[in-house]
Amino acid sequence: MYLDHAASTPMRPAAVSAMLPYLDQQYANPSGAHRVARRARQAVDESRERIAELAGWDPGGVVFTSGGTESDNTIVAGVIAARPGVAVCPRPEHHAVLASVERVEHRLVDADETGHVRLDRLAEALGPDTSLVSVMAVNNEVGTITDLAAVAEVVRARAPHAVLHTDAVQGACWLPLAEIARHVDALSLSAHKFGGPKGVGALLVRPAVRWEPLLVGGGQERDRRSGTHNVAGIVAMDVALAETQAGLRADGVRIAAQRDRLVDALVQRLGAAVIETVRRDRKVAGSAHVMFPGVENESLLFLLDEAGVCASAASACASGAMEPSHVLSAMGVERRSAAGALRLTLGVTTTDADVDRAVEAVVGAVTRLQAGAGRS
Amino acid sequence: MKVLVAMSGGVDSSVAAAELVGAGHAVTGVTMRLWGGASDTGCCSVADVDDARRVAQQLGIDHVVFNFADEFTERVVDPYVAAHAAGTTPNPCIECNRHLKFHRLAERAAHLGFDAVATGHHARIETVDGVRRVRRGADHAKDQSYVVHMLTQADLQRTSFPVGHLTKTEVRARAARLGLRTASKPDSQDVCFITEQAGREAFLGQRIPFTAAEVVDRRGTSLGRTDAVQLVTVGQRRRLGLPGGGPKRYVIEVDPVAGRVVVGDEADLLVTTTEVPVMTWSDEPETGDLVVQCSAHGTAQPATVVMAAAGVAVHWHEPTRRVAPGQSVVLYDPTDRYVLGGGVAG
Repeated sequence: MYLDHAASTPMRPAAVSAMLPYLDQQYANPSGAHRVARRARQAVDESRERIAELAGWDPGGVVFTSGGTESDNTIVAGVIAARPGVAVCPRPEHHAVLASVERVEHRLVDADETGHVRLDRLAEALGPDTSLVSVMAVNNEVGTITDLAAVAEVVRARAPHAVLHTDAVQGACWLPLAEIARHVDALSLSAHKFGGPKGVGALLVRPAVRWEPLLVGGGQERDRRSGTHNVAGIVAMDVALAETQAGLRADGVRIAAQRDRLVDALVQRLGAAVIETVRRDRKVAGSAHVMFPGVENESLLFLLDEAGVCASAASACASGAMEPSHVLSAMGVERRSAAGALRLTLGVTTTDADVDRAVEAVVGAVTRLQAGAGRS
Repeated sequence: MKVLVAMSGGVDSSVAAAELVGAGHAVTGVTMRLWGGASDTGCCSVADVDDARRVAQQLGIDHVVFNFADEFTERVVDPYVAAHAAGTTPNPCIECNRHLKFHRLAERAAHLGFDAVATGHHARIETVDGVRRVRRGADHAKDQSYVVHMLTQADLQRTSFPVGHLTKTEVRARAARLGLRTASKPDSQDVCFITEQAGREAFLGQRIPFTAAEVVDRRGTSLGRTDAVQLVTVGQRRRLGLPGGGPKRYVIEVDPVAGRVVVGDEADLLVTTTEVPVMTWSDEPETGDLVVQCSAHGTAQPATVVMAAAGVAVHWHEPTRRVAPGQSVVLYDPTDRYVLGGGVAG
């Protein structure tokens, strides 16, 4: 039972089929000057146009990258390099943004109890010295959706010259991409979160934004991202994104019902032992984040893994050890509850049977660990 | 048996895991993340975790990482710093075994349904007259029974030392035969949370204020001053800031409160009794004529051990160098094979 779709989700079969010809037949480097290269180049350009269309973006502003982390690093470092100033982001951002922001002059903004940036604090953090503001579209741990319209209003009023970027890595599989994109100047995508392959993503940037590239060399992507194009990955990303966005409504309704069934069953069976971290109307359909105060999530994940349930807790450090969640900490969650956090994330391949078996496994594991005096 | 083997990323625990797999047990490897700070020798650098994971993959067993960094700081690092501040000489590896490996990890293992926790220590566990005993490792040069002396009967029922019957050479040979990447990895030295580059002085200096102390002889005559009494250990001979050329002088007493370090000649260092106020017994207390070891790589010396108001008193048969307060004193049976118990010198 795979309930870790926010970490990565299986590739869509259509995306797998779409990428295969570019591995062994249309294998040329698209920067080449011959017919095989031109065919690869055409595939890249067509994917660029389709992704731009889905986002309501100018195709010239779509830059292919190796994924979300590269896109986030590029825009933060790139904007600050072109226009020195302060970078601002909320505390519960993904580490790809947070660590990039912390490398330059920066201010971190507090979040509310759902993990949403506090708009009053955001306003206070912005000023004429602000060059870049980055606010994620959907939180990767707890699933909270950011009201980007409200964020944009604050940013435009308080720091009209600042670049507003959103890490939409967790947003593209649940929300209409154009709805996210219309509020921002730049946006990061990662293909493997919506049924594309790992190692490919995109950075969407409005033409008016001035920024320096992170990777220099052969001058691909109009000198904005050097490196040979991952042609097969780009084609597959395009197909996966198109399918995902076309199915948003139907998939969202079905998966939200499964998520509700999962969380309702846990609440019903475990009662006060379980806390639902964020109200469901504030988060995406596939996210079920709960906390079991007094239970240690490393033990819980171990027992779930043994029972065949793939889940996660917070982000892992380089060694693979669970780190205390900076997201829950920013939300003001007490340490004892945060230590018992469990993230179950559903995706398009999740079945009702998966959900029912996961409920049994979670109830069994939590009951067992609580019997072990809570400390395990 | 379902066994959780603690894998540090070193060769001993790699082969311990391999031995358990070979014996047909259901084995899971775990690497404990203990120290979040800088490290070069220890068991929690990312490279060491990589080694442990790769060995587990080669052996076909699951590998997990448990983050015990908070407990390690609370139970091992903070007391280590506090002990130095108080002028004593702690052994953090023993406290890590006591609180982390054989308590925290063992407790979690039990809750997760494991029958035993295994480590790569060079020590053996044998049953003698119905009692479980820690026996010195087969490789006497590598014996680690001293650092696992705190195991009680209950602990010993659920602990396994799969390489204790092997010599280090045999351990490396088995690792090489299995093609494990840790086969020729150097042994870890020293304290894992103190880097070779910065050293103990820098580590403690960031955490406690160093205070100066008067260095005096036994009559109280001032001989000089040391800048950091917190770094001085009983038995120490060098780096006391004393003028050279005189007779060899050893530290025989450290008093950070009074700001005084007492030095004397080698004879002054010798004592006939060592007190151990708190003991952990492996089974029932056993006293009388035993052999007693006071450092990880020291030799056990004959002594008569008697119960005291608190703990035990060790009456040495031959005067012996005084044990720095904070060091562990471990009692072995008269044949010098089995651990009977141990505690920290007062």
